[in-house]
Amino acid sequence: MEDLKSDRILEIKDDISNELRKAGYAEIGACIQCGNCTAGCPSGRRTALRTRSIIRKAILGLEEVLSDKELWLCTTCYTCFERCPRNLPITDMIIFLRNLAVQRGYILPNHLNLCRMFYDTGHGVPINDEKWNIMRESYGVNRVPPTVHTDPKYVKEVQELISSVGFDKTIAWGKYAKKEEKAEKK
Amino acid sequence: MFYPNLIKERKTIMSEKNLRYSLYLGCVIPNRYPFIEQSIRNTFKELGIELVDMQGASCCPAPGVFRGFDITTWLVIGARNISIAEENEADITLGCNGCYGTLLEVNHLLKHDKKKRDMVNKHLAKIGREFKGTIEVKHLIEVLYYDFGIDKLKDYIKIKFPDLRVGVHYGCHILKDSSNRPWGGEYEEPRFFDELVEITGAKSIDYKDKIMCCGAGGAVRTASLEVSLDFTREKLENMRKVNVDCCIVCCPFCHLQMDLGQMQVNDKFKDIIGESYKIPIIYYNQLLGLAMGMNPGDLGLVAGHDLKGVPPFISIQPLIQKIKEQMI
Repeated sequence: MEDLKSDRILEIKDDISNELRKAGYAEIGACIQCGNCTAGCPSGRRTALRTRSIIRKAILGLEEVLSDKELWLCTTCYTCFERCPRNLPITDMIIFLRNLAVQRGYILPNHLNLCRMFYDTGHGVPINDEKWNIMRESYGVNRVPPTVHTDPKYVKEVQELISSVGFDKTIAWGKYAKKEEKAEKK
Repeated sequence: MFYPNLIKERKTIMSEKNLRYSLYLGCVIPNRYPFIEQSIRNTFKELGIELVDMQGASCCPAPGVFRGFDITTWLVIGARNISIAEENEADITLGCNGCYGTLLEVNHLLKHDKKKRDMVNKHLAKIGREFKGTIEVKHLIEVLYYDFGIDKLKDYIKIKFPDLRVGVHYGCHILKDSSNRPWGGEYEEPRFFDELVEITGAKSIDYKDKIMCCGAGGAVRTASLEVSLDFTREKLENMRKVNVDCCIVCCPFCHLQMDLGQMQVNDKFKDIIGESYKIPIIYYNQLLGLAMGMNPGDLGLVAGHDLKGVPPFISIQPLIQKIKEQMI
C-alpha cells in the first residue's frame, strides 16, 4: 500500500512568495488563477506542466513546486507572459523559481553537467572534437572561432566571474543530482 | 517588467552610411553550424556592412538554461560579453534568438538599474572589465529590416524564386518579451520576417501554430529530449500539411532542433508520423545570399568535406533542385 498523503493544505507558507516579492515580482499577488497561461502553453499540450498550478503552488509555498520536474519543462517561449491579463511576468517568475530550486539542491544531472561544461570551457556547446574545427575550415571560416576558444585566459575570466558570484558553490550543492548519481552507481 | 520607452530610445550609434557592428557568435553557430557563420559574414560583406569580431566572447549565457540556474551569473557573464563590444565601439549584431534574448535583456536591465549595474561592475572589476552601457544589441534580422532597411535590401536582389513555398519559423526570443523588442508590440501575427523572406520572391506559406516554439529552448532539450522533440514533430507536421519546400529560420538553436531534431523525430516517432520528414532547414542569410546572386559555396550550401555526423542532417538537395532553374 502506498503512503497516505493529506488531501488538504493545513498551513500556508509564504517563504516562496516572499522570495519572489523580494526579487521584484510583487505581481504574484495579482494572479487571479484564470488559466490563460496554461491554455496557451505549448509544453502543457504534451506534458503535465500546468503553469497556473505552478503560480498557485508558489503562492501557497508548497516545496513541490521546486522539486517537481515540470518546472524544467518550460521552454521559456514567453507565450504565458504575453497573454497574462494581469500582466504577470510569468516566464521570468518561472526562471526565478528555477533559481530557488537550484539553490535548494533541486537540479537535474544533465543540467549539472551543462553547468560544468560551461565552467570548463566558457561555452554551453563547446568545440569538443576536432571534426568541428575541420568542418569550420571547410566552410571558409577560421579553424578556431574568435570566442573563448582562442585563448585559455578568456576561460579563466569566465571562471573567475563564476567563482566571484559564488555559482560554483551553488552547483556543488546539487543534492538531487548526487542522489541520482548514487542511485546509478547502485 | 514593462519598458514602454525602449523603442524610442533605441538608436544606432553610427551614421547610416557606415554600418559597423560587433559580431557576437554565441555557441551553436561557431561550434556546430559554421555554415551559418559563413553565410552571415559573406552576405554582410556583399551588403557593405562591416563586422568586427568579439575576441574572447563566451556563451551569452543562454536565457532559459543558465538564467534558470542563477540569474546573477547570467547578468555578470552577459555583461562581460557586452563589455567586449563596448571596447570595439560598435553595437552588437547576432544571429541567435537565445543570445538576442540574453544580451538585449542584460543590456537593458543594467542600463536602467544602477544598483544592479554597480553589483555587476564590482564582479567585472576583478577581471579588469566594466559595463558602461554605451551600445545597443540588435538581431541581424533587425539590422537588415531597420538599420540597413528592407527597401534598400530589395535593390540587391538579383534572382527571384516565385515557385518556392517557404515555411517561416520565427522562434520565440526574437519576438518576446514584446515590450522590449523592436516590432511595435506585435507577437501573435508578426510580418517582418515573412517580408524579408518574400523579397526573394519566395512565398511564405501560413501554417498552423506558426509562432509556436521549436521545443529546444529553456533547457528542455537537455531536461527531456522526448518532450522537446514532440514540439518539433508538431511543427514539422503542420509544415508538411501545407506542403512547404523548406523552412527558413533565424536562430541556430531552432536550426539545430529542426535539423538534427528532425532526424531524431524520424527515428523516435516513426510509428506515428508515417513517412519520414524531409524538410530542408535553411538559415535566412543563405536564402538571401542566393537571391543576391551569390555562389552557394559562399553561403554554406555546399559542403567542402566528407565528415560524418555533422550538420546538415536533413539533405538540402531537394531545395537546390527546386531553385536550380532560376539560378542558371
